[in-house]
Parts: sequence; C-alpha cells; structure tokens
Amino acid sequence: MTREEIIQPENLVYKKPTLLNDEPMHYCPGCSHGVVHKLVAEVIEEMGMEEKTIGVSPVGCAVFAYKYIDIDWQEAAHGRAPAVATALKRLMPDRLVFTYQGDGDMACIGTGETIHALNRGENIVIIFINNAIYGMTGGQMAPTTLIGQKTATCPYGRDVKLHGYPLKMTEIAATLAGTCYVTRQTVYSVGAINKAKKAIKKAFQLSMEGKGSSLVEIVSTCNSGWKLTPEKANQWMEENMFPFYPLGDLKDNSTKE
Amino acid sequence: MAEQEVTLMKGNEAIAHAAIRCGADGYFGYPITPQSEVLETLAEQKPWETTGMMVVQAESELASINMVYGGAAAGKKVFTSSSSPGISLMQEGISYIAAGELPALIVNVMRGGPGLGTIQPSQSDYFQACKGGGHGDYHLIVLAPASVQEMADFVDLGWTLAFKHKNPCMILADGVIGQMMEKVVLPPFKPRRTDEEIEAECGSWATTGRKHKHNKNNIVTTLELRSEEMEVVNQRLQAKYRMLEETEVRYEAYNCEGADYLITAFGSAARIAKKAIEVAAQEGIKVGLLRPITLWPFPTKIIHELSKNVKGILSVEFNAGQMVEDVRMAAAPGVPVEHFGRLGGIIPSPDEVIEALKKKIIK
Ligand SMILES: Cc1ncc(C[n+]2csc(CCOP(=O)(O)OP(=O)(O)O)c2C)c(N)n1
Ligand code: SF4
Repeated sequence: MTREEIIQPENLVYKKPTLLNDEPMHYCPGCSHGVVHKLVAEVIEEMGMEEKTIGVSPVGCAVFAYKYIDIDWQEAAHGRAPAVATALKRLMPDRLVFTYQGDGDMACIGTGETIHALNRGENIVIIFINNAIYGMTGGQMAPTTLIGQKTATCPYGRDVKLHGYPLKMTEIAATLAGTCYVTRQTVYSVGAINKAKKAIKKAFQLSMEGKGSSLVEIVSTCNSGWKLTPEKANQWMEENMFPFYPLGDLKDNSTKE
Repeated sequence: MAEQEVTLMKGNEAIAHAAIRCGADGYFGYPITPQSEVLETLAEQKPWETTGMMVVQAESELASINMVYGGAAAGKKVFTSSSSPGISLMQEGISYIAAGELPALIVNVMRGGPGLGTIQPSQSDYFQACKGGGHGDYHLIVLAPASVQEMADFVDLGWTLAFKHKNPCMILADGVIGQMMEKVVLPPFKPRRTDEEIEAECGSWATTGRKHKHNKNNIVTTLELRSEEMEVVNQRLQAKYRMLEETEVRYEAYNCEGADYLITAFGSAARIAKKAIEVAAQEGIKVGLLRPITLWPFPTKIIHELSKNVKGILSVEFNAGQMVEDVRMAAAPGVPVEHFGRLGGIIPSPDEVIEALKKKIIK
C-alpha cells in the first residue's frame, strides 16, 4: 500500500477541526489553553453552529482566542465578558454565545458580572480556565492560588493571614438558581480531554435549549507561571490542584423540565 | 398632515418613549437619581412584548456599559443611561466602545459632584464627556438637549450619528432637563431593523455570528500589541474626529445680530440665559446667546466669528468653569471671556446672570 492509498477519507480517524486555523498559537508549550481551544472548535463544528456562534474572549492569556478559532468574536474588557455575552444572547437568542475566561478575569475582577449573569440564568456558557495564577501579566497571585503556592506577588507562598483563601467560584456557581449545569474538568490526559469535550458540548447544547447558564471549569496548567516543565506541571496539578478543586459535575439540572 | 400628538412628560420619560419608537433593540441600565425614570418607564412600557426591544436592569453601571459594548458590536441599536457617578464607573467601557468604533448611545443626566455629591442638577461632567473621560485618545459625539423635546429628538439623532460615524454618542443632559415636565411630540414609530437589514448595514464588522458577505468571521477587539499598527489605529480615529469637527457641529444662535455681548451656555443654563437676555433687552443691553448643541465637536468657528463683533463673552454653566475653556480658545484675541456658574446643584436665576454679566463683562 502506498502512502497515497492510505490517505483516503474512509481511513480518517482524526483531524484538526476546520474552525481551528493554521495561525501558530502564542501559548507556552504544555499550556492547557490550546487544548481547550481545540475542544471548543470541535464542539461548535459537531453542533453545526459555525455560522451561529459568538465567542467572547477575556483579558488574560486567552485574549487572542479570536485569532485561532474562525467564528465571530468580541474581545471584552478584563472581567466583563459575562456582561458582553448577556447582551449578545439577549439580543440574538438563536445564536450560541459563550465566554472564555481565566481565573483572574472571571473569579476576581469580574466576580460581579459572573455571579449576576449566572444568577439571571442567561443562556450562555462560561468556560473557566483555572490555572491558579495570572499567566498573562507574569505569574502573580490569583483568587484561585492555593495556600502556600508561590507567585510573583506572594513569593513566600500564599499566606491566608495576608492574602485570604482561594476562591471556589464553581462551587458558588452551583448554588445559584440560574445555573443549569456546573462542572469541573481538566485536559491533562486523553481520558480527561474526552470528558471535558463532552462537558463543553453538553453546556453548549443546554444553552441553546434555553435551560439557563452553564459553567465549565477546566483545571489547567500554567507552566510559565508555575515555572515547571509540562510534565512536572501536570504532576503538580494532580497532586495539589485536584485535591482542592475536585473534578466532576457539581450541578446537573439538564434533565429537569 | 396628520395632527401631531402632544403629550406632557419628563425628559427622562421622553428618552424612554423615543427609544422604543426609534426601533431600539436593547437598553441596559442601573438605577440612579435623577435618571431612574428611563428604566422605570421602559419597564412599565414592556417593549419586549410589542417591538421586541430587550430591557435589562444590570448589576452595575460597569455591567450596563459592557452589555452596551456587546450589543453595539452586534450592530444592534442599544443604549444605557445613568447620572454622573454611574457614568464615571462606565469610563473604561466607553473607551472600549470608542476604540472598537461601535455605534452606541449613552445618556448622562448630570448631577452635582464630585464624589457622591448631590442629586440636584449640574453640568460639571462637561470635561469628562468632551475631553475623553476614559483612557486613551478618543472622543464621543456629545449632544446637549435644552428641552424635553430635544431629549426625545436627540435619541434618533444620536443613533443616526453613532451609526453613520461608528462612534459612541452621548446625550449630556442636566438634571433639570431629565426631571422637568414639558410638552413633547414623540418621534413616529420606526420598526426595529431585521437581521437581514442589520447584516446589510453592519455586516462588514458586526459580530452577529452569521455568515458574512465577505466570507470571513468578524472580530471586535481593541487590542493591538504592535505599536506601528496601534499608531495607524489612532491615526484613523483622529482623522474621523477631524472630519466630525468639520461636518457635525450643531448650535443655536439667538439674538446674536447686533448684540454687544455674547452669552455661551448649553442645556438648561441656555434657557436661563435666554430669559436673562430678554430682561437685559428691557434695560437696553443687547446680548446674544450661542448655545452649542454639539458640545463635541464644539462650535469653535461660529463662536470665533461672533466674538469679533462683541465686547465680551460670558459663559454661563452649572459648574466651576468648564466649557469656558473652549470658548476662550475659540474667541478672537483680546475679547474678554468670563465664566459665571453656581455649584452644588444650585440653579442661577436670570437676575444673577445679568448681574454677573454687568460685573464681569460690562463693568
Ligand atoms: C482593568 C485591568 N486591570 C488589569 C489588567 C492587567 N491584566 C491583564 S491579564 C490579567 C490577569 C490574567 O489572569 P487570568 O485571568 O487568570 O488569565 P491567564 O492569563 O492566567 O490565562 C491582568 C491582571 C487589565 N488588562 N485590565
Ligand atoms: S503564561 Fe501560562 S496561561 Fe499563559 S500561555 Fe503560558 S502557560 Fe499558558
């Protein structure tokens, strides 16, 4: 069999989603952002929503999400993506509207917009990249930074006396009456990636069914901020992040009428 | 011609009714005195059941302006309203809307500051509205209504200018105009634009999530990390502002023919000035009024021309002297320009204006 004979549509087992363009990503090697981008693109394509989706990108490392996935995008001010998405969805209820936000963006400066958009039950999806640090600005403390974790602004480790406690926004979101589906996933292994993709798809579908807000947290790595190799970062995440941010569904009202 | 329906209402109510009639797609706001009637009137009118217009009480002015940013990016006719402290909170979002070159309408029914200040009327946000307000080099188109009728009329005008120039437009009213009841003829009903009409008008840039004619996805962003590119963006904005200064200046000149003195005033200060001018005329003092309708772009040229024929100019404002700086810049060299204003929400009487004119200009 020649190479040409093998490269046939019927033999295709995996391909890059068409929506994901060839622009080289600016993310550091090992960063979770790129993987989640791919999942988002795949899900939109599988749902056939390529011409009916608006993404809202944050201020944070994912600010340039709009460069990589060929859908309509709006870049929001730091933390304000849920407000932007609220208007887009209210004014165009038949479109798929999602935000893509880091922990600083979504769980710190944008806490107000996040809680109120979710609590109003806006039919939007928030994809929440929790890497326990401010990646874009050079590794400062985030609301989600773990106790004892070292960052540029807590170089001796997060000390509750000085910095307070890490914030579990996803747990908060699950208590809000407006949310329909709240889940915490990760993308550090093939199995986890498949689960995360299912969660994103479910959230997107629920928003189109008008079931309310969904929040998909992705516990993520920030190799540069954590100053760890991709492999070590995954290991650190498993040992430190997962115990504090346990994976799985926190709320699932998808079958409720 | 069909008889026009005259109704009696507050300026704030006129804004709400006019917006529904102009085919507004959405309003996003947060209560604050003296403008809460805008949201209250909209909530009472329930336009979502008639025209399909969306009305959202946001969790803050921060959220309101970012909802407006979202709606405007989708080519929708959206607006917000607030009063001074709330408008301060919106400045980051306003800067983004200006940078994104998006058509949005923002209503500021000014109250006295600084800080929480007073709920009484003021005009002390002139600098904030006309000189930037938020960060970066940008301008809003700023309309200053002086009557409830103009509150109603400037809604359509504001959106027309905003869409024509892809630039946020602010209606800068003072608390008097917002709260005062007057006769008004509301604009005729215009249907909301269909998706197809929006695509035809805004398809080259709007984030509607649809297939666009140019066959590419639309992205609204204000980020550009390459300085050379960011300079080009700024140059494009500046070219637009210079063009607006040439083409969109609006003003009202009253009694200026043969006047020995000139008063400049906007909003309700201009109405008090008019009364003062009538009273002064009885004393044989000939005073004209130049009322800027667009505070930005500012009517510099006409003020310059008028200044050549008068002995002095008094800028009457409900603030400590803001517009007077632009009047001074406009006036011909050597023409005295003074300011008269009351602060803290106090409205000067026509007599006080005449007295100030005599003391500061006529001498
Ligand atoms: C109003 C405002 N404040 C601060 C900043 C600076 N800033 C940019 S990104 C960022 C934090 C990003 O962290 P996160 O949201 O966790 O995203 P990540 O980069 O880790 O993906 C900050 C503080 C800004 N752009 N705007
Ligand atoms: S700094 Fe962190 S979050 Fe940003 S791209 Fe690098 S690894 Fe990813």
